[in-house]
Amino acid sequence: MRRPIPLSRSCLTFRHWRRRRRGAGDGWAQGGIAASRLAGAAARASFVSFRVCMKKAVAAGRALALAGLLLLGLAALAPTLAPAQAQTAPDLAPTELAPTVAKFANDSYAQTAEALAELSTTGSPQAAAIVSALADGRLLYDPATKAVYIRLADGSLQDAATGAKASGAPADLSAVRANNRVRRAIEAAAGALSLLDADPAKRRDAAAAVFKSRDAAALPTLDAALAQEKVADVKAALAEARAAILIGKADAPEAEQMAAVKLIAARGDQEALGLLRTVPASAPPAVKAAAAEGIAAIERDLKFWEVAQNVWYGLSLGSVLLLAAIGLAITFGVMGVINMAHGEMVMLGAYTTFLVQEVIRTSAPWLFDWSLAIALPLAFMFTGLVGILIERTVIRFLYGRPLETLLATWGVSLILQQAVRSLFGPTNQEVGAPSWMSGAFQVGQMSITYNRLWIIVFSLLVFFALLMVLKRTSLGLYVRAVTQNRRMAAAMGIRTGRIDALTFGLGSGIAGIAGVALSQIDNVSPNLGQGYIIDSFMVVVFGGVGNLWGTLVGAFTLGVANKLLEPFAGAVLGKILLLVAIILFIQKRPRGLFALKGRAVES
Amino acid sequence: MRGIIDRTGGIFLFLVLAAAVLVPASNLLLPPSNPLHVPDYMIPLIGKYLCYALLAVAVDLVWGYCGVLSLGHGAFFALGGYAMGMYLMRQIGPRGVYGNPVLPDFMVFLNYKELPWFWHGFDWFPFAALMVLVVPGVLAFVFGWFAFRSRVTGVYLSIITQAMTFALMLAFFRNDMGFGGNNGLTDFKDILGFSVQASETRLALFVASALALAAGYLICRALVTSKYGKVLVAVRDAESRTRFLGYRVENYKLLAWTLSAMLAGVAGALYVPQVGIINPSEFAPSQSIEMVIWVAVGGRGTLVGAALGALIVNAGKTWFTGVLPEAWLFALGALFVVVTLFLPKGVLGLGSQISERLKKPAAPAAAPAE
Repeated sequence: MRRPIPLSRSCLTFRHWRRRRRGAGDGWAQGGIAASRLAGAAARASFVSFRVCMKKAVAAGRALALAGLLLLGLAALAPTLAPAQAQTAPDLAPTELAPTVAKFANDSYAQTAEALAELSTTGSPQAAAIVSALADGRLLYDPATKAVYIRLADGSLQDAATGAKASGAPADLSAVRANNRVRRAIEAAAGALSLLDADPAKRRDAAAAVFKSRDAAALPTLDAALAQEKVADVKAALAEARAAILIGKADAPEAEQMAAVKLIAARGDQEALGLLRTVPASAPPAVKAAAAEGIAAIERDLKFWEVAQNVWYGLSLGSVLLLAAIGLAITFGVMGVINMAHGEMVMLGAYTTFLVQEVIRTSAPWLFDWSLAIALPLAFMFTGLVGILIERTVIRFLYGRPLETLLATWGVSLILQQAVRSLFGPTNQEVGAPSWMSGAFQVGQMSITYNRLWIIVFSLLVFFALLMVLKRTSLGLYVRAVTQNRRMAAAMGIRTGRIDALTFGLGSGIAGIAGVALSQIDNVSPNLGQGYIIDSFMVVVFGGVGNLWGTLVGAFTLGVANKLLEPFAGAVLGKILLLVAIILFIQKRPRGLFALKGRAVES
Repeated sequence: MRGIIDRTGGIFLFLVLAAAVLVPASNLLLPPSNPLHVPDYMIPLIGKYLCYALLAVAVDLVWGYCGVLSLGHGAFFALGGYAMGMYLMRQIGPRGVYGNPVLPDFMVFLNYKELPWFWHGFDWFPFAALMVLVVPGVLAFVFGWFAFRSRVTGVYLSIITQAMTFALMLAFFRNDMGFGGNNGLTDFKDILGFSVQASETRLALFVASALALAAGYLICRALVTSKYGKVLVAVRDAESRTRFLGYRVENYKLLAWTLSAMLAGVAGALYVPQVGIINPSEFAPSQSIEMVIWVAVGGRGTLVGAALGALIVNAGKTWFTGVLPEAWLFALGALFVVVTLFLPKGVLGLGSQISERLKKPAAPAAAPAE
């Protein structure tokens, strides 16, 4: 079962998506007041994305600073490396940076910001070192000679413009100061400079950051980066970033804007949509028309993906319902016992998972990825035994009196709940996810999480395994014989009491393994089962009692219907509508979707 | 009258009416030092039990005599309670926290500009009292009309009644339903011009609950002892056979079902001013299932037993949650199991069960049913 999932692109995209969302939320909250002063929603949107860009740029800048420090530290410690260092940047003529660097010595915020903007277009490693030094307050200048230095980690000084080791610098240096405007400029410069980084992943990140910030100042760097880029997907990211800038740039040539609109429209996601909406009103009509066309196409596309995503959520909910209901389809559907303690069996399965993980955590952490696989048979056996115990002590006296089984099993469920609450406390227990169940991947515009995918697969596996047990094994044969005609089965030599106990145990055991799966997506608390019991009964009754296929169809129909209703009606109202629909459906077909026919039904 | 009130029923009515007279008398006349004095806090508590007892009688009418196990009677109870709660909310008037003369506090809080249409008229007590009967009655009539006509029976009926109360619970939890959402209706001040907090009002409500219980019992008893009641029992025991004999089974069921819902509504309406709050948790399916166990404990199909079971279970609940809160669910759960397994006739049938056992000491234990 275990699949090695390295830090693949899919995982990355998911994480970025999440971080982006969180980041956007932060920006919204903090910048709310300031943003409201800005005019218009567009300004607001760009403000948010600006902040997001800043966050990413800070991260990139920090990484860059570290890399730069390492490099420079090496150069300083090992003089033999110095020539090589000089060789890697032959075009880095000191004269090129010197006039820019000199501006730092003027002790003026405006000049500092200007210098940063100039540095960001050079793309030289030394420029990156300067920017990171400024960010950390290590960029110093001599007020007397106007010379600018970088203080390295070991305390020694380096000439900022050339990167050469500075000797005999005066002691009374002052740091180049920064205000908020300068800090923003630092982050922008760091972001722009990482477009030229040696690491393709960093270049891609930087391109994505520019794509969001749409900072026109990055255009020259972007062009430079685009010209020398070799990696295809980084090149595409750079081109998109460039197009994003060009779209909003009123003075760009029409042909370029046109190409930019086409490129962005081809991207086809929510961000592209937002970008296309920012095409300025002053843009040429052809560009505006192309943008409108692109918007329409993307909206169509997004609508489709939204439905697809909802269907996926519906399937996922359906699989959860199926898992919760399969066991009930046995105890209720096949045996006719209204097992109100079914939800508690699910809960016991989830607690078994919790206990297994606790043991693994304390004594064998390397087994953690296998914890669910270990918990499955244990949960099956444990809840199965509890089920057999309940059957032997309570239910066997109540066969043929379904309403009484309802009351008795409700009592059992209360006892089990309170027992778990007394043992483990009323709070949620933490159940971890193995590595192969975390993360997500992207299909078109919808994201699919691995845990939901595995649960769908698992629910179907359990369903078909159960079907096989009932159809192809001798136990299944006995079960069907006893439920169809108890006396005849007994006369044929089947020990009906034993079969009853085993059947109930089987249904309970399946509820237990459902609990293992549900522990991954729900809170493991004593109330876990309560949430599923009504839904499971709805599924079984809707699908038709005594018919496993009905349970399968019922679960997925209800799941998908629920999720498709949600966008229109809201989560709660959608659920209410569904319940009303089931009540009405039962009027029409009192025995469910796939009703059993024949004499056995009437009893 | 003779046929309606049997010996058990007579004792029951006598006790209820005696309580309606003696409890207020002891509270008002005896000094607090007297051991027979009923303290003030007991009055609404016992009043609450009496409401539960009326509710249990209503459940027993459909379950015990009609064979319909309703897992949704909490819905009718709560709807009656909400109707009364709405009247009480309107009576608060400008004394609310926000001082709005028309809108209840929660509406001001939720930015309602005017009263929703379904709140009109509830400031007039007769209308509210009518709604206490009409709202649960209409819901039950419509629900039963469809369900009984489509011959939804047994387990299926139980489960869709549960779905009904669950759907209502979700609906009433919504803030934009206009019923106070999660918090429900509370902070009541007056009922018919008397303060809800005053001990005289509480005594009056107590007496009203006792009288309602007696009246509810008499109505149900009159119904089940009539010719109609015989048919009802026939429906319970052999529905198809009764239908083949030419009776319109669904109509018989529908009458009992609707009447039962209205009684539950009255119980809810009397319950709310004594407890001081009504919120959507009253709709929870677990509440409705608990009502069924009251009936089972007392003895299904006896009416008196249902009332007795409600008193026993709720007094037990009060005692347990005070002394051993951890153990209450264990006790309740065990009660469910023990009653269904060993007391099929409930506490009321315990005597006859024992005497039967004594008469035939050699008889083997009841064989497991088919």
